[in-house]
Amino acid sequence: MPSLLILIPLFGIIILNAFSKKMSEAAAFWFAFAVFLAQILLSIFHHPVFWAGHLDSLTSFFNVSFSIDSLSFIMLLCIGIVSLASLLVARYTLFNEKEKFKFINLLIIVSIGMSGIVLAKDLFTMYVFLEVTAIASFVLIAFNKDAHALEGAFKYMILSSVATILMLLGIALFLLFSNSTSFEDLRSALSQYGTNPLAAFALGLFICGVFIKGGLVPFHGWLPDAYSSAPAAVSVLLAGVVTKAAGIYTIMRVVASVCGFTDPIKSLLMLVGAISIVVGAFAALGQNDFKRMLAYSSISQVGYIVLGFGVGTELGVMGAVFHLFNHSIFKSLLFVNSASVESEIGTTDMNKMGGVASKMPVTGATSVIGFLSASGMPPLSGFWSKLIIIMALWQNGNYIYAAIAIFSSILTLAYLLIMQRKVFFGKLLHGLEGIKEARLGMVATSGILAVILIAFGLFFPFVFNALMVPLKGILIR
Amino acid sequence: MNIDIILLVLMTLAALWTVMGRSLLKATIGLAVTSAIITILMFRLDSPMAAVFELSVCTGLMTVIFVSTISLTKPLTHKEVVALSKARMKRFWYLPLILILLGAGLSLIKLPNYFAETVISGIPQDMRQVLWNSRQLDIFGQIIIIIAGALGVVILFEERRKDEW
Repeated sequence: MPSLLILIPLFGIIILNAFSKKMSEAAAFWFAFAVFLAQILLSIFHHPVFWAGHLDSLTSFFNVSFSIDSLSFIMLLCIGIVSLASLLVARYTLFNEKEKFKFINLLIIVSIGMSGIVLAKDLFTMYVFLEVTAIASFVLIAFNKDAHALEGAFKYMILSSVATILMLLGIALFLLFSNSTSFEDLRSALSQYGTNPLAAFALGLFICGVFIKGGLVPFHGWLPDAYSSAPAAVSVLLAGVVTKAAGIYTIMRVVASVCGFTDPIKSLLMLVGAISIVVGAFAALGQNDFKRMLAYSSISQVGYIVLGFGVGTELGVMGAVFHLFNHSIFKSLLFVNSASVESEIGTTDMNKMGGVASKMPVTGATSVIGFLSASGMPPLSGFWSKLIIIMALWQNGNYIYAAIAIFSSILTLAYLLIMQRKVFFGKLLHGLEGIKEARLGMVATSGILAVILIAFGLFFPFVFNALMVPLKGILIR
Repeated sequence: MNIDIILLVLMTLAALWTVMGRSLLKATIGLAVTSAIITILMFRLDSPMAAVFELSVCTGLMTVIFVSTISLTKPLTHKEVVALSKARMKRFWYLPLILILLGAGLSLIKLPNYFAETVISGIPQDMRQVLWNSRQLDIFGQIIIIIAGALGVVILFEERRKDEW
């Protein structure tokens, strides 16, 4: 029955568009709301009736087996939460009913694409759903159709095409060794032909493609433009989950299910992760645009995930996956905050802001929770994930990488404090006297995301046992 | 000279014509020609089903989609196109040179034949089985890609068309 996660939204879109004249934006909104909420609940409670059950009428025409494990559940949960946040932000930031309708359609397609990536058990299927996600994302980035948005979408499209070529070439080379592109066949082919340079070359090509999709340094050129030029709701989606599903999850799945943690893979991941952390953090320090600063911050935080995962130990994988979840939540929260501020002030230029918290207290307070979690402050959830990553690095003897992670955490604190000072703290800037708190839907969205960060931090032992410990099972032994 | 080499050269020329051309419509035709040559190469490489797909989808369907999309756009004037083309050539004149040098350099390196170790066997040959059984999820993925593409064209070009007409 997990195929329903793909089939219901797909047929929903077809029905919505077939009767688009009769279907209002409200119908599309509530359909998407129900789909995302169902995905969240199913990922939290993972009831066997849904995940292991079969419907004869369904399997007669759609009989596909999926990859379902603890990593998939966490990713599906992230996709559900962030898609729901993006849907709510769109409701309060897009004003034209027709635009909202089109946006919701694309949002559902991106969500199907990401769920497909997560559930795929085959490298080529994964690639197909990566393309589903990418194509819908191009259109979403260019949604405003101004020069800036089109430039951002164009850059993403070009670099994404390069990634596509690399990945396809990698898959084609894999087929020289393996009978199929299923993870299982590829794993046995790699164990047999792993020493052949062609096999290593194929793996390298595929991983380079995925690095581009994930926006890791030095393949990050598209990311700041795409994040900053996209509409607020799209920025939430892209930063919150798209790059993670398309880039980071794909790396995790390929390493965990296909090639395993070999020494070259570990070294490559840790190196790229550490460079991304440092470059992203320094670049974020120099930004004056709220969304652009958050975009560079994303590069840095994604670097932490890759660095932790690259350690290759159980603790490292747990820390990386937990940081992936945390980053989805706190970065979505900070982008929702930026959307709230932008909708009131009309700009994302931080030099034209100041003292906003006095007029937007809830937005200001939730942004503090978001930035403290991003900086790794106890007892918020971001603290625990960073702590686990640093502990894993230290235990494994990677002292320099551990030092880089600690030093960059201070940099994170610095650039986010600059953001807080420029945007929310201090005296209210002249001309901003008329602004007021964001609309209830936006405030509620940021409130829920902030509560998740606090709850996951305070109840960490429970979270660790329920979500992190089962992750041991994804590693190849 | 081997016929495959001639076809590869022709394919490269058609692809270059597609990328370097000044007209979007001509670029679309160039792309269709490139795909048609790839189709012939696939037939010659003993992959008739892949060739049929290449011919129907890339040469046929995609050309139709591109032409309909171009019909929704406002073309630049001849002067603007020439100016843009010249500026582009000025900026990127060295790229083909690098590519040719890289290709020549790589062809000079004598690499061991790593392909000798590879195995290609056991792949199901029946296309019906491949499409509807082993690649069923991919087919659904393709359907979603087409829907996303159609929505993209509608969203990005619809209003512009209204303004122009």
